[in-house]
Amino acid sequence: MMNDITFGQYFPGDSVIHRLDPRVKLVLTIAYIVMLFIADGLYPLLVGVVFAALFYAMARLPAKLIIKSMKPVVPIIVFTAVLNIFFIEGDPLWQWQFIKITREGVLTAVLMSIRILCLIAGSSLLTYTTSPIALTDGLERLMKPLAVIKVPVHELAMMMTIALRFIPTLIEETGKIISAQKARGADLESGTVMQRAKALVPILIPLFVSAFRRADELALAMECRCYRGGEGRTRMKQLSLTYRDWIACAVMTVGIAAVVFINLYGPEVFRL
Amino acid sequence: MEMVRTEHLTYTYSAGTPFQSTAIKDVDLSIESGEFVGLIGHTGSGKSTLIQHLNGLIRPDSGKVFIDGEDIWAEPKKIRRFRFKVGLVFQYPEYQLFEETVRKDIAFGPRNMGLSDDETAARVARASSAVGLGKEYLDKSPFELSGGEKRRVAIAGVLAMEPRVLILDEPTAGLDPRGREKILGEIKTYHENTGATIILVSHSMEDVARFASRVLIMDHGELAASGTVSEVFSRSEFLDAMGLSAPQVTRIFSELRRRGIDVPADVFTVERARDVLLSLLSKGGARK
Repeated sequence: MMNDITFGQYFPGDSVIHRLDPRVKLVLTIAYIVMLFIADGLYPLLVGVVFAALFYAMARLPAKLIIKSMKPVVPIIVFTAVLNIFFIEGDPLWQWQFIKITREGVLTAVLMSIRILCLIAGSSLLTYTTSPIALTDGLERLMKPLAVIKVPVHELAMMMTIALRFIPTLIEETGKIISAQKARGADLESGTVMQRAKALVPILIPLFVSAFRRADELALAMECRCYRGGEGRTRMKQLSLTYRDWIACAVMTVGIAAVVFINLYGPEVFRL
Repeated sequence: MEMVRTEHLTYTYSAGTPFQSTAIKDVDLSIESGEFVGLIGHTGSGKSTLIQHLNGLIRPDSGKVFIDGEDIWAEPKKIRRFRFKVGLVFQYPEYQLFEETVRKDIAFGPRNMGLSDDETAARVARASSAVGLGKEYLDKSPFELSGGEKRRVAIAGVLAMEPRVLILDEPTAGLDPRGREKILGEIKTYHENTGATIILVSHSMEDVARFASRVLIMDHGELAASGTVSEVFSRSEFLDAMGLSAPQVTRIFSELRRRGIDVPADVFTVERARDVLLSLLSKGGARK
């Protein structure tokens, strides 16, 4: 039951996208999100759609997976679309008593849906193609300048690494505990909301106990290997930019330029 | 009388995804009421998946499970009934403890069954004494006990449901030799006193040889063999092919036989080995 979570999961591979430097991927993801937000019409947004499609094709991820990862956001998209359709003022296309649908409403709804889809697609692509370790490594390097203003960059990155590392472990553990309590007749599927909340106690307590136990053991193991924070720590894998990374940056720059250009000089139709 | 039966039991994990893997396929088994069965197999052979089918924690993709003659999935809404009939003790069961006191934790199962307070209290008393936990333990917090004691509390938590079939997945994993002996002895006594059907999943051929009357072997998701202890453990090449091996003492005796010493082939426990050796010595030693 807990195996259906694909959002944020890493799918190993060796495509061009997989091999990009994690720092570059992080920056480009942020750039892509910015691009989606400055695009203020259907045509500039299409640039974003094309980019997402292109990157997914290059990452060679199974199409099934992409569809599956989009499923949880469908309610959000429907919700925003419905709100936009009915509550945005403008030229009425259709009216029945006080309910009306406007041209602007429909347009905003469509644009918003595309934007949200691209947002999710773009940010999931980052986690699909970057291992958690590489991701935190990249984050740590990118945030390094913040250490000057006493931000504990290394500690934050280490916390993230550990948290990511233990997500699958804890999911597995939760499954085991659920099975064990069900074997003792725990009823998790029926009853009122209160009863169901109460039924979670036999699962949450063992889960917390084991999380603390693991944390203790991990801390001990790290200390045994003389861990003392980031100071003076060297890396086994040095990050270095290759021609691939520069090409990726160039492509994204062209994309943003295109969006800005279409925003300024593109056709006036389908604009907000 | 037949207690547990499966017909063409098949189950696949994550069907329809790239992570798909068949856990068990076409398993047909039958266990008589009151039998003590050992279930062995290599890691990943499907043992754990199989036992979770027997109390309805996993619903098979195809095939049927019968407990006491009843198809357990005939009415999916009533599946909990079979969880009480077939008690399942998972590996490292101490990780399931959650209550403030040992007494409450053991009572979790009986309370889920909807039993009266008196009946629950009686069952807690019986279950805790079956695993050798004195009354002084009942009001302690389970989290302040030692590893072996926690394990016994967790086993008592399943025994308190007084299941007709008791399945234990590696009940002695991670315990010291004395703890192992104690728990295995308690399981044996429970078997003798209640006549319950026991399925013991174990890596230890020695334990299976000592306690079980019949052995089932799982290999790559299939039931590879089923027979009495001597039938199964005397086929050492077959066991080797499964990545398993006969008990150590059996291997020593087959080596002795190979060297021309006249010892029987059906030595599976240290106790029997001792008797055989003593009688051999009283007959004038093993000289050829």
